[in-house]
Amino acid sequence: MDLGPYGGFIVAAYAAAFVVLASLVLWVWIDHRAQSRALAALEGQGVTRRSSRTLAESAR
Amino acid sequence: MALIDLANPHRFLALARWLVPAFALLAAALLAVGLALGFRAPGDYQQGETVRIMYVHVPAAWLALGIYVLMSISALGTLVWRHPLADVAAKAAAPIGAAFCLICLLTGALWGRPMWGAYWVWDARLTSMLVLLLLYLGIIALWHAIEDPGQAGRAVAILTLVGVINIPIVKFSVDWWNTLHQPAAVFRLDGPTIHPALLTPLLVCALGFAALFLALHLAAMRNEIMRRRVRTMRILAAAETR
Repeated sequence: MDLGPYGGFIVAAYAAAFVVLASLVLWVWIDHRAQSRALAALEGQGVTRRSSRTLAESAR
Repeated sequence: MALIDLANPHRFLALARWLVPAFALLAAALLAVGLALGFRAPGDYQQGETVRIMYVHVPAAWLALGIYVLMSISALGTLVWRHPLADVAAKAAAPIGAAFCLICLLTGALWGRPMWGAYWVWDARLTSMLVLLLLYLGIIALWHAIEDPGQAGRAVAILTLVGVINIPIVKFSVDWWNTLHQPAAVFRLDGPTIHPALLTPLLVCALGFAALFLALHLAAMRNEIMRRRVRTMRILAAAETR
């Protein structure tokens, strides 16, 4: 496809948008992994939230 | 499920589990179709092929404005109704809004250079859009400056509501001042002035970017809920070891 004399600007605009969006997706994904690991580590140590304790105590 | 049920973060997380991939797939499909239509459409009679930058520039601008409006509604939710997910929604939306605002400014500069002969001019539309980016960055900084999420949420809500004054300024800047930026061409009282061959792909791309925003926003909200759980559990663990 011929993008004409300003093709470089068109490609650069799409590349810039792609880089920003890809960084955003990556940041959300890395953050999700970090929070999942932190939650799993705390649960592994036996730490529970107050609401979970209340549920467990009421089930006893 | 009633809307009020979403106030429960547990129910929200269950819903987000399938909504995030669903919106991501929808975004990929719509963007593929929209961009394919956009690159097959004829060039503009004045701007030639550079008009294809519109398919990312315009949806990014609409989303940058729309996300700020969403954050303002969330700010009201925090201050007035004290909805438990309102400040979570606002915090998760800010970096995404900033990213779309940045895309709008970058693609606008790359469109402006061949059309206007300059990457940047201190035009009312461009300047008010830059102010919007600075507002987003200020809001993100304020979230990180206050440790307690509740206190941060209230402070950010006030700043967000003060900053909402910039939204009509961005929208109407091209009508109120003599600007280099062109006036509105889609959302007009007398209807769009863009030819349907260019308008259809633009609207499909806009829907695609909106679906991408929804996927990213729900995923970022899920992360924020998990971050707050981690924080609460760490505080409880620290209190027990005393």
